[in-house]
Amino acid sequence: MPDTAIAEAPAKAATGGNILQVRNLEAWYGESHILHGINFDVNAGEVVTLLGRNGAGKTTTLKSIMGIIGKRTGSVKFNNQEIIRTTSDKIARMGIAFCPEERGIFSSLDVRENLLLPPVVRAGGLPLEQIFDLFPNLKERLNSQGTKLSGGEQQMLAIARILRTGAGFLMLDEPTEGLAPVIIQQIGHTIARLKKEGFTILLVEQNFRFASTVADRYYVVEHGKIIDGFSNAELAANMDKLHTYLGV
Amino acid sequence: MQALYAQLLVGLINGSFYALLSLGLAVIFGMLNIINFAHGALYMMGAFVAYFLLNLGGINYWWALLFAPIIVGIFGMILERTMLQWLTGLDHLYGLLLTFGIALIVQGVFQNYFGSSGLPYAIPDQLRGGMNLGFMFLPIYRGWVVIFSLVVCIATWFLIEKTRLGAYLRAATENPTLVRAFGVNVPRMITLTYGLGVGLAALAGVLSAPINQVRPLMGADLIIVVFAVVVIGGMGSIMGSIITGFALGVIEGLTKYFYPEASNTVVFVLMVLVLLVKPTGLTGRAA
Repeated sequence: MPDTAIAEAPAKAATGGNILQVRNLEAWYGESHILHGINFDVNAGEVVTLLGRNGAGKTTTLKSIMGIIGKRTGSVKFNNQEIIRTTSDKIARMGIAFCPEERGIFSSLDVRENLLLPPVVRAGGLPLEQIFDLFPNLKERLNSQGTKLSGGEQQMLAIARILRTGAGFLMLDEPTEGLAPVIIQQIGHTIARLKKEGFTILLVEQNFRFASTVADRYYVVEHGKIIDGFSNAELAANMDKLHTYLGV
Repeated sequence: MQALYAQLLVGLINGSFYALLSLGLAVIFGMLNIINFAHGALYMMGAFVAYFLLNLGGINYWWALLFAPIIVGIFGMILERTMLQWLTGLDHLYGLLLTFGIALIVQGVFQNYFGSSGLPYAIPDQLRGGMNLGFMFLPIYRGWVVIFSLVVCIATWFLIEKTRLGAYLRAATENPTLVRAFGVNVPRMITLTYGLGVGLAALAGVLSAPINQVRPLMGADLIIVVFAVVVIGGMGSIMGSIITGFALGVIEGLTKYFYPEASNTVVFVLMVLVLLVKPTGLTGRAA
């Protein structure tokens, strides 16, 4: 892996600086009030994981940051710019990319079209060779219909297509859900490598064993609020609490 | 035999209009989820714009082929921005009623000023006359309409199925929220798509002007058949609407030869049969 990729990537700030700041974020689906004041930060170059039970508001948090929840209030600052009222296409162009839980592979597009669909928003995205290096399966299936791929391949495609856009801040919603252990491992390696490349990653996971292999820090979401947060080093000490939170 | 070939030609001509119109309807339905009942009125406007360009501006047929779709397309985009965009997420019925109302208003305004009779629009000099093909006499203008329509249909199919812009369009038809979250300005794309669909209708209107004259109700008569074509072909498919359009024109022509009494109803009989066997249409996807 060439280390120069980091230097060539203006979208990815030096590790340490605050890149995302979420304050008192509330969100609604129609009449139902889902988020009740979410507060957390992500620093550049980090992998941060949101943990929590089903329906706690993890996915809604990602979607609110991405601007695809109709009603949202509070403050979301990306690189110190307020984006709570910004439309999702403009947010994407600022350098945030979203990989949805349902993967969102388009059935009327072949793999190549799916891969090349997201427009390049700035320089510094991974070149295609590096993407095929990460996901060799995709290269062999470029002409297949997107939804003819296996679940694991679809997940790889969903991650791969947001790597070439130049967005430096990736939000991955349950990338391991429903996948075989060997593929989960491959996705884990990919996330580790992306982190090394300088990407900042906000991950939503139910599987904290997987999360513990990649994350720097954790936040626990419950009933639309962040109720706890700790670093990877503090994970062991927080294991009992975590079991209670997640009900496992 | 001569009569058979003549009816086949008429069928192909009608099929060209069916194909151009149902293609536009399919594109609009895919992207906006709107059953565009104003399509016939916009087709009529295309013919009238060609008429005005010629009689008020001295702008000939060839330029009208370019300008009429652009002018009517812009009119359509204004409709989309000011009215249709507010229907997002509502039941199909609202879009159908709104566009039906727009069609009535537009047709009413034109009828008020131009009555119901046709205004003449001459065949351009270059396309006058005919050719003896040996087995039949082919008026050049009619041959031109069939070939030009076919080219436009295939170009539109290519644009949508084979280009990057078309990939955005197909993707946004499936999941507009996600495409927008990738950084594509989907609302603007929807407006342009409506403009494209409307432009195709206006183009059909210009092509039809020298054959059928320019009449305020020319679209109202045609659009009912076109909707039957769309139902038979299935709303979702681009190639499906092109093939169905031409095929039904030809079937209509053949019926005129073999059993003229049924020529006005054959399309609707086919529609009923298709709906009984395959409610999503021949090439349509389940909703």
